[in-house]
Amino acid sequence: MAAKDDFGRAGEQRAVEHLTAHGYAILDRNWRCSQGEIDIVAHRDGTLCFVEVKTRRSERFGHPFEAIDERKRRRLWRLAFAWVQEHPEQARRRDVRIEAVGLIGADAATARLEHLEDLR
Amino acid sequence: MSTARTWAVALTGVDGHMVEVEADLSNQTPDFKIIGLPDKSLGEAVQRVHNACANAGFEVPRRRLTVNLSPASLPKHGSGFDLSIALATLAAGGSLPVRAIRSTVHIGELGLDGRLRPVAGVLPAVYAAARAGFERVIVPHANGAEAALVPGIDVRTAASLAEVAAAHGAEIAVDDVEPVLGPQAESRTGETLDLSDVIGQDEAVDALIVAAAGGHHLMMSGPPGAGKTMLARRLPGILPPLDDEQALEVAAIRSLSGEPVTRLDTLPPFEAPHHSASSAALVGGGSRVARPGAIVRAHRGVLFLDETPEFQRVALDALRQPLESGRIEVSRAGFSASFPARFQLILAMNPCPCGNYGVRGAECTCPPMAIRRYAGRLSGPLRDRIDIDLQVARVAASRATSGARSEVTSAMARERVIVARRTAAERWSGAPWQLNGEAPGARLRQGAMRLPPPVRAPLDRALERGQLTLRAYDRVLRLAWTMADLGGLSIPGGDELGRALFLKKGLLA
Repeated sequence: MAAKDDFGRAGEQRAVEHLTAHGYAILDRNWRCSQGEIDIVAHRDGTLCFVEVKTRRSERFGHPFEAIDERKRRRLWRLAFAWVQEHPEQARRRDVRIEAVGLIGADAATARLEHLEDLR
Repeated sequence: MSTARTWAVALTGVDGHMVEVEADLSNQTPDFKIIGLPDKSLGEAVQRVHNACANAGFEVPRRRLTVNLSPASLPKHGSGFDLSIALATLAAGGSLPVRAIRSTVHIGELGLDGRLRPVAGVLPAVYAAARAGFERVIVPHANGAEAALVPGIDVRTAASLAEVAAAHGAEIAVDDVEPVLGPQAESRTGETLDLSDVIGQDEAVDALIVAAAGGHHLMMSGPPGAGKTMLARRLPGILPPLDDEQALEVAAIRSLSGEPVTRLDTLPPFEAPHHSASSAALVGGGSRVARPGAIVRAHRGVLFLDETPEFQRVALDALRQPLESGRIEVSRAGFSASFPARFQLILAMNPCPCGNYGVRGAECTCPPMAIRRYAGRLSGPLRDRIDIDLQVARVAASRATSGARSEVTSAMARERVIVARRTAAERWSGAPWQLNGEAPGARLRQGAMRLPPPVRAPLDRALERGQLTLRAYDRVLRLAWTMADLGGLSIPGGDELGRALFLKKGLLA
């Protein structure tokens, strides 16, 4: 596996720890379907949260959140509803929202973490 | 999450409207949008502001920025909003105290390096801000002299974004940058045009003084080389100098045309558009931005149309609305702008296409139809607005080479014009007009202004014989009153009326 994938996976692990510490219950990780992959599916206070994690070593090529553009957001919404369709029991009577976690730093364990709730 | 506001000015024509620039930072993926009817150059402010902030040493917030220009229904154009957008953005992001920029107006374009660049139309914008009651405005360094012409507002200048931000309390190092300079002002007084240069045209000089004193529109017709252009160019020099408010209006129009303005010019403007000018060039145009045309630039001054019959007929008829109302309306798909256009019209034409018709010792080669068609290019309604119809003849060789100078200088003529205008203004005190040329005919024919019958007799006779229309009758009366003002008389006599009749129609009383 390439180094960048390891780096990304370490970032996702850090994001999971962050979410768990903030009261999220993790339901699914790296869920795949024909349309793509969802990094983290979590649950808090009656809301299903679909979290996209972006990790970058530095801001030299832009902030991680800048990679989540209009197109990417639309794709995340499509994936979220695909997951809801596959898991009707878990999704019943729950709101859905998209979140993003950005990590900047050479080491995922110490990187600066930013968390955006409820992307539109 | 957090919002910040500051102020800028949108211009439609020469009227400035205050625009509140709001920036909102919300916790979303990074985005930067400007809403509130921006045009293309204003929409591109996103890039300029982004790079200018970064290069000035600021951290641009990596969240969704929405900048709203309110009132949102007013179309806005140009790059003058850059500075206010940048400051509102930085304040929303926490780099600046939000309260510091609340009540200041910011005007200026940003370069990618963070320096402030001058913009057109600063004078009317600052004027609008002062009238709206704002106490402080910040403009680019190169526009400082222009903005300082407006009284009653504290004008600060800055060379860069960092300098403005530091003045508002941002913690940022201000580098000494070289301010961006605007176009250099060219001096208008290259040569002095004096009335005493005109030799052997005493009659025409007199008519010019009458035109200046009464604000009468003038048509000169004569062969090429008779000195029509020479005479017209000397009219601004004998008009009374502009007062501060008028000079400010003129300067605001110059500023809108992108000309550098550093001081108030009291010499009335002189505009002489070429006869190939389209109506858009005369009136003003542009698809998104209304640029003032020649008519507007001649506001408070003289509009000279040389070779009048060669102008397109539509272009000439575009003059009718401003002649009537003193304003001109420029309407385009997305907006309409109103400009002031109160000018004195001077028309010049040859008697026929070859120019020799009716000239002694020269032969006209034009067929009669061509002469009629030539004269017919001026529409009746336009002709109706002309008070003085002056025939200018070529100067005899003996007088032209005698070396004698005319004894009437511009300074003397201007003195007479100012005195005559003062007399007229006293007579019309309380009326909406100040000049004889603007007085309605009914006021001159009826009531206290009515002339005694013996004085009126030759005029009445001309009317009865059908040599004068009633409208022309009014024009003769106006001219007669101006002549009386110039001659220091309280009421025109037979002599004044006779001369007025001659100037209007070439008729002898």
